[in-house]
Amino acid sequence: MTALLEVRELSVAYGHIPVIHNLSLLVAQGGITTLLGANGAGKTTLLRAICNMKVRNSGAILFEGRRIETWATEDIVRLGIGHVPDGRGTFVHLTVEENLILGAHTRRDRTAVAQDFERAYTYFPRLKERARQQAGTLSGGEQQMLAIARALMLRPKLLLLDEPSFGLAPLIVQEIFRILRRINEEENVSLLLVEQNASLALALATHVYLLETGRVVMDGPASIVSDNAAVRRAYLGY
Amino acid sequence: MEAFLHQFLSGLANGGIYASIGLALVMIYQATHHINFAQGEQGMFSAYIALILIQAGVPYWAAFLLALTFGFVSGVAIERIIIRPFEQAPVLSVVVVFLGLLFIINSLAGWLFTYNVQAFPSPFPAGLGGRYLSAHEIGMVGVTLLMLLVIYLFFRFTPLGLAMRAAAQNPDASRLVGIRVGWMLALGWGLAGAVGAIAAIMAAPIVYIEPNMMGGILLYGFAAALLGGINNPWGAAAGGLIVGVIENLAGAYVVGTELKLSVALVIIIVVLVTRPAGLFGYTTMTRV
Repeated sequence: MTALLEVRELSVAYGHIPVIHNLSLLVAQGGITTLLGANGAGKTTLLRAICNMKVRNSGAILFEGRRIETWATEDIVRLGIGHVPDGRGTFVHLTVEENLILGAHTRRDRTAVAQDFERAYTYFPRLKERARQQAGTLSGGEQQMLAIARALMLRPKLLLLDEPSFGLAPLIVQEIFRILRRINEEENVSLLLVEQNASLALALATHVYLLETGRVVMDGPASIVSDNAAVRRAYLGY
Repeated sequence: MEAFLHQFLSGLANGGIYASIGLALVMIYQATHHINFAQGEQGMFSAYIALILIQAGVPYWAAFLLALTFGFVSGVAIERIIIRPFEQAPVLSVVVVFLGLLFIINSLAGWLFTYNVQAFPSPFPAGLGGRYLSAHEIGMVGVTLLMLLVIYLFFRFTPLGLAMRAAAQNPDASRLVGIRVGWMLALGWGLAGAVGAIAAIMAAPIVYIEPNMMGGILLYGFAAALLGGINNPWGAAAGGLIVGVIENLAGAYVVGTELKLSVALVIIIVVLVTRPAGLFGYTTMTRV
């Protein structure tokens, strides 16, 4: 498998406070890569750095072999990187439908966009029922679904997901992870997933990176990492 | 009764002007959380452009459209060149920039066009006038209503309007769907500039044209925006009409014409004290 996204020796700081040190990682084409780590390990910061959002960084970020670390966020997005941020970042005063229209903001192929609307509603039938509702009136799970559906409207090659399970009921989380797997398999969208729920993420992922205080401490195929005794103790609790 | 109706309707007509200025203020406030104190002066300058074109023999409506275009382009230019560098600046710095802009445009107009008070033509035929309103007042109501309708349709039904609303609401999320937020801001400034130009051109035949013509109107527009709700454009438009009526009735029956302008100040203070979100605004909670 070739690398879709490559991060090389990346250091990131908020103002003068360093958060990520000399971090390198690869996201394989077609795979599901997950970042595990405790609060403050730099997972969210890494996703923000990939999209060049309000962080200062040094090092290189390559997408399909092209260096993008100095690009503006809106141009990085246009390459096909969908970002589902923490806190979901939906437009709460706009309707579900308007949120999805905005997801396709960069696209001009109208017929394909219309098909993608149907596709988004097939993955998330509940959004169709609520199409005319203000996004702010949705439940937490529905808002997470909307955030993912909106990112899909971009027809992304890579989807960055920041803790999609955060604050949601276990049944909803399972449903969302099932859909993420389908999106990965059926749409050939590669995923870079940040999670605190380690067992869930390990079950889904093909490749795992463990982050501690801004450094990669271990990485490998999900099956091997989840067999590691130290990992089991620290992240899985058995 | 007759006199009352006349005062009421002509209040509505003036209110259309305040509504336009209020709307322009809100459009910029929503996107940037700043009040553009130079909004009135930008409109005044555009009205001068219209006057010069008309005096040079350009037909009224052509001059009107050209002045509107000038209002739009200069609005975009002001945002890109002057306001943009202060994006991250503290609020007070930005306020000073806006005030500076007000005085610069005002003095520039005085220097270029003199401070003499001049008449400004009205395009509406005298036959349009009715029992309660003059021809210009009726035409003015028509133009402002049409403008509000066009703006509403633009924001409600076009992809660009939607993107502009999104950029004002949530700039970070907008960037993540690929919206060029900076340009949306500039476009908002352009639209506000065009709306302000219409307001000034419509007001000019009544208040006459001179560099300070928009001073009082900006104050009323600000009262309109606050009364309607500084974060609700349609509230600001409704607020403008209400302020226009209150101003006229109070001027005729309560405080007299000399104290009319203080009515705007009283409205501003009453709204800020009793209902800071305005009649149709909403309060935004900020989690800290």
